[in-house]
Amino acid sequence: MIHSLFLINHTGDIFLEKHWKSVIGRSVCDYFFEAREKAVEPENVPPVLQTPHHYLISIYRGKLFFLSVIQTEVPPLFVIEFLHRVADTIQDYFGECSEGVIKDNVVTVYELLEEMLDNGFPLATESNVLKEMIRPPTILRSVVNTLTGASNVGDTLPTGQLSNVPWRRVGVKYTNNEAYFDVIEEIDAILDKSGTTVFAEIQGVIEACVRLTGMPDLTLSFMNPRLLDDVSFHPCVRFKRWESERVLSFIPPDGNFTLMNYHVSSQNLVAIPVYVKQSISFFETGPCGRLDITIGPKQTMGKTVEGLMVTIHMPKAVLSANLTATQGTYTYDLATKVLVWDIGKLNPQKLPNLKGSLTTQAGTPKPEDNPSLNIDLKIQQLAISGLKVSRLDMYGEKYKPFKGVKYLTKAGKFQVRT
Amino acid sequence: MLDSNKDSLKLEAMKRIVAMIARGKNASDLFPAVVKNVACKNIEVKKLVYVYLVRYAEEQQDLALLSISTFQRGLKDPNQLIRASALRVLSSIRVTIIVPIMMLAIKEAASDMSPYVRKTAAHAIPKLYSLDPEQKDQLIEVIEKLLADKTTLVAGSVVMAFEEVCPERIDLIHKNYRKLCNLLIDVEEWGQVVIINMLTRYARTQFLNPNMNESLLEEGSGGDRTFYGSDEDEDEDEEEKEKKAETPAMAKRKPYVMDPDHRLLLRNTKPLLQSRNAAVVMAVAQLYFHLAPKAEVGVIAKALVRLLRSHSEVQYVVLQNVATMTIKRRGMFEPYLKSFYIRSTDPTQIKVLKLEVLTNLANETNISTILREFQTYIKSMDKDFVAATIQAIGRCATNIGEVRDTCLNGLVQLLSNRDELVVAESVVVIKKLLQMQPEKHSDIIKHMAKLTDNIQVPMARASILWLIGEYCEHVPKIAPDVLRKMAKSFTNEEDIVKLQIINLAAKLYLTNSKQTKLLTQYVLNLAKYDQNYDIRDRARFIRQLIVPTEKSGALSKYAKKLFLALKPAPVLESPFKDRDHFQLGSLSHLLNAKAGGYQELPDWPEAAPDPSVRNVEVKDSVPEWTKCSSREKRKEKKVEKPFYSDSEGESGPTESADSESDSASGSESGSGSEESASRSESEESEDGSESEEEEEEEEEEKEKKKKKKELKKPVQESEREMNTVTAESHSHFTSLFSVEPAPSPQVTPVNTFLSNSLVTDLEGLSLSDTVLSPATIAPSSALKNYELLHRITGEGLSVEYCFSRQPFSPDANMVAVQMQFTNNATADTKNLHIEDVKLQSGMRVKEFSEIELLPAGETATAVMGIDFCDSTQAANFQLCTHTRKFFVSIQPPVGELMRPVFLTENEFKKEQGEQ
Repeated sequence: MIHSLFLINHTGDIFLEKHWKSVIGRSVCDYFFEAREKAVEPENVPPVLQTPHHYLISIYRGKLFFLSVIQTEVPPLFVIEFLHRVADTIQDYFGECSEGVIKDNVVTVYELLEEMLDNGFPLATESNVLKEMIRPPTILRSVVNTLTGASNVGDTLPTGQLSNVPWRRVGVKYTNNEAYFDVIEEIDAILDKSGTTVFAEIQGVIEACVRLTGMPDLTLSFMNPRLLDDVSFHPCVRFKRWESERVLSFIPPDGNFTLMNYHVSSQNLVAIPVYVKQSISFFETGPCGRLDITIGPKQTMGKTVEGLMVTIHMPKAVLSANLTATQGTYTYDLATKVLVWDIGKLNPQKLPNLKGSLTTQAGTPKPEDNPSLNIDLKIQQLAISGLKVSRLDMYGEKYKPFKGVKYLTKAGKFQVRT
Repeated sequence: MLDSNKDSLKLEAMKRIVAMIARGKNASDLFPAVVKNVACKNIEVKKLVYVYLVRYAEEQQDLALLSISTFQRGLKDPNQLIRASALRVLSSIRVTIIVPIMMLAIKEAASDMSPYVRKTAAHAIPKLYSLDPEQKDQLIEVIEKLLADKTTLVAGSVVMAFEEVCPERIDLIHKNYRKLCNLLIDVEEWGQVVIINMLTRYARTQFLNPNMNESLLEEGSGGDRTFYGSDEDEDEDEEEKEKKAETPAMAKRKPYVMDPDHRLLLRNTKPLLQSRNAAVVMAVAQLYFHLAPKAEVGVIAKALVRLLRSHSEVQYVVLQNVATMTIKRRGMFEPYLKSFYIRSTDPTQIKVLKLEVLTNLANETNISTILREFQTYIKSMDKDFVAATIQAIGRCATNIGEVRDTCLNGLVQLLSNRDELVVAESVVVIKKLLQMQPEKHSDIIKHMAKLTDNIQVPMARASILWLIGEYCEHVPKIAPDVLRKMAKSFTNEEDIVKLQIINLAAKLYLTNSKQTKLLTQYVLNLAKYDQNYDIRDRARFIRQLIVPTEKSGALSKYAKKLFLALKPAPVLESPFKDRDHFQLGSLSHLLNAKAGGYQELPDWPEAAPDPSVRNVEVKDSVPEWTKCSSREKRKEKKVEKPFYSDSEGESGPTESADSESDSASGSESGSGSEESASRSESEESEDGSESEEEEEEEEEEKEKKKKKKELKKPVQESEREMNTVTAESHSHFTSLFSVEPAPSPQVTPVNTFLSNSLVTDLEGLSLSDTVLSPATIAPSSALKNYELLHRITGEGLSVEYCFSRQPFSPDANMVAVQMQFTNNATADTKNLHIEDVKLQSGMRVKEFSEIELLPAGETATAVMGIDFCDSTQAANFQLCTHTRKFFVSIQPPVGELMRPVFLTENEFKKEQGEQ
């Protein structure tokens, strides 16, 4: 299935290659570079390319291209999903997925790739199983290793692969048993010029951090599970219990993992936490324009809005911006034409305002298009959909774990059109 | 360093070598030095040596042979993981000489105790096949063997091997079909993708098209829709039961009845739509798209829309597929219209695809919203995207008549846009729109004629010229003037523009030769000496055609007809039209070209192939009634199949260890197999408990026996519960039910009483194949037999009956009564049937089919249904043989009239409240 993998950095250097079948020469990447040239932005490179003898499927993550070479028919999503899994695993192992980190740990990465695919077919992709075979490096361990000459490769054989619960290793032990759940919701919305909602939905995710001894069996129940419109689960969740009782019942993997993703789509349920008053205009005469933006709270359910930030992709003709902000700071990047206004906490008494003039290139006609505003915000201790975890029960183990739930609302793809 | 005695030095050396390999540098010179270390004790060094070996063995075949013996030793290791890794490396070394050794190793590993080793063997099969395709026949044997494997670990890998080695051998799947369907949910995610794709192809060859009665369906769509619609919301297991009840009714209307195996596949894949893996979701979606009845396809829309939140690459692929789907089934995605709205931050390719989807979704009702949305897109900074939007508006306008004028006006406004690309694109689109009704729009044509001075984009210029030429009658004054201007600039134009100038000239010459004769001559002369031979050709051709000379043939008379014939308006089509002949989600579909190794999705068969091929052998003879009842059914509905007659028996032949067959299961197998897949939702948790049992079965047979004894008691308890409880609200009560997993005689009915938490514990872990098979809640052991006819009064024929506590498939309101006929006489009894049924009002009886022959000393079972109308009144009828008639009656005890229903606590309270 997957023949070879090339890791390519943003300048177009191949810095790692791995072949699961016969070796394929690097020249195959030339087709990719060609397409890369054509697409201005790296995001615009088509994920699937056809060459005379091979198919190239690539993803773009963390300024790196993961390029896989395929020879025969295979579902493209299969490959794309796998490549993302590779990137996730690298991130999980080393904290970030970047060229530097991969170059530093090239042997470990190579071993990981060896274990993840066999003859091009995924073999072990669960991070728990992998970690048992190849231990992730930690500072302590690397110190110990240099002193004692021990290695990163697990000397025990991975038993997780054999068990019925492949995502959890056996014999987990902790002195502090704890289970934390973060309910994170992102608001995706498009508001039009006048501030009415064109489209809004909530994308939620429950991230868990579970450090429990033994083989605990957890049941997480919600106060109002009917809110959830569409869900997808980590494989550990028993789908049937969800279907029948609307509770999440699972034997958790060890450590951090994403328990479930959900979706609240009915629009009237989606509260928009802020409103934006804006006017951006360019004058027909003279090379200038005016910008005036005010943000105020709308439906925040009594919580404060933090981390407020407005990003505007200006038209190419805008040369500079001369603005004053009543709160926060703004920057205008000339090269990328991006105006960022970092506001911080939203004070309902004194609404933040950004006002001033824009200078456009002289001689060019006034820009036709008005840029749209991307808004970023955070609300702590609130799940905007109103979802609440009611309780967490544990079966199968005797001790009492420490439990905690945290809520967070963020803006996802929150866009205001002008 | 490699020769050093110290492991740490060796390790350091190997690490450097592997780093070299990773960077793509050649390290093959070191081969001899590295191979020496293959037997190294240090596990990390060993691993790295393996990595090296797999990479370079192909280039240094002779030296690689040195290492083989190490692996052969590894294959015999008591530790399964070492066996597996030895096989893995051995099979990864691409050296032709060792093919026989590999073959042998694979064969051995295929029958290994450990499923993990068997999985590795499955992985090794395609490797060997690519090395030496001549081994195909032997490998197919191994695949066949592994396909019969019942562990989830192996299933995915072996199907992958099947797809690579022998995808055409669909016959190998028959026997494993039901097992694969049932295992599916527990296979690891990558395996799921492969299996689902394979099953899609399989189903296409084996089942009938569920939409073949589309027209019929359409007529009665109201009823059908609601029926399907409702069961989508409800628990899906309900579906099966409902289906059952519905079947006779639907059968009357249309002859198509879905094969139960087909239904099984759809039902078992549906939960996978909730997978976190986009590839799995896509695989299920394509399966539904290709296989499900039209009304059920809708369920996939929500899941696909969810994927749009994922990485942009995933979005790209999903949108491609959605675009194809929207052409065929527009209604499916209409509710999610807004999810396809475009954000300014999307990459261009995503924007264009979303636009495509929006265009496909446009219809009379939502067009105004879509057009408003398009208006904002036109202001975007991304010019390629704006061009695509204009195209999209054009398509909407052609498809939906009512908005044509609005669109046209909007587009005309765009003509004054400052951006030339936008204008050019609008011109091209307007040209297409105008062709539909040119009479009304001569002013637009005039306006466009003016644009020729400004627009430089060749395609747009060509479009304008064509328009003027085509409709020169509508703009008689302007046309010659345009030609004059064009003639002036002819030499500087692009080729397509030149061609259109010639065209224009020719057309004008024919309609208005007085004014344009000279101009035309001039243009043609210019064209004659053009560099491009197409243009020279065209000029020559047209000159002959339109300019009358002595030599000009008959054709010139018809020149006017040739040039000014009415041309049909172009149909603006989606580029995704007809893409669905490729299997959705496949690489070929994405590229719209056949990729290597692509397996065509076969068309539905005209007539369903024999469904019995999927039946798995049952050791003992199938109870006779199964045959006759299925025969009877076949009479009723043409394509009926023996219902699950032994679907659960797969485990049969291989799992001989399970021979502790319960006597009850023998007598009951009849009714059990008559069963439809499920009875109520309560089965769900049953599956869990059962699965747990099955696992243990595999691992520790003995312990289970012990356990079984312990479990006897709760079983009876559960039976009492069954008899008396109607609406047991307790959500845990399901675990009290005993389970009869398989009707085939050799499979043990497993009765469990486990604490609820334990049940749910293990629910997710189900492994074995019978787990999710359509098992029934049948009280296994203590069904009470009643006597209907004593052997003395019956002259040797004795009849006993019991209430089998299964839903009676033809009619849900009826109680199934299982009759057992024993012929104790010396002569054969013939034509056993029912006559002269005397009933209280409201009661109904569904007779069993006639038993034609009951030889002496033999026993037969049959099932009849009686609707007692919730009363305990007896059903009286005559039981007839070929010689005699016996008056008999059946009176039900109260408990037998009830049916367990699964309710959540809340539902129960609600019910209670109503009463």
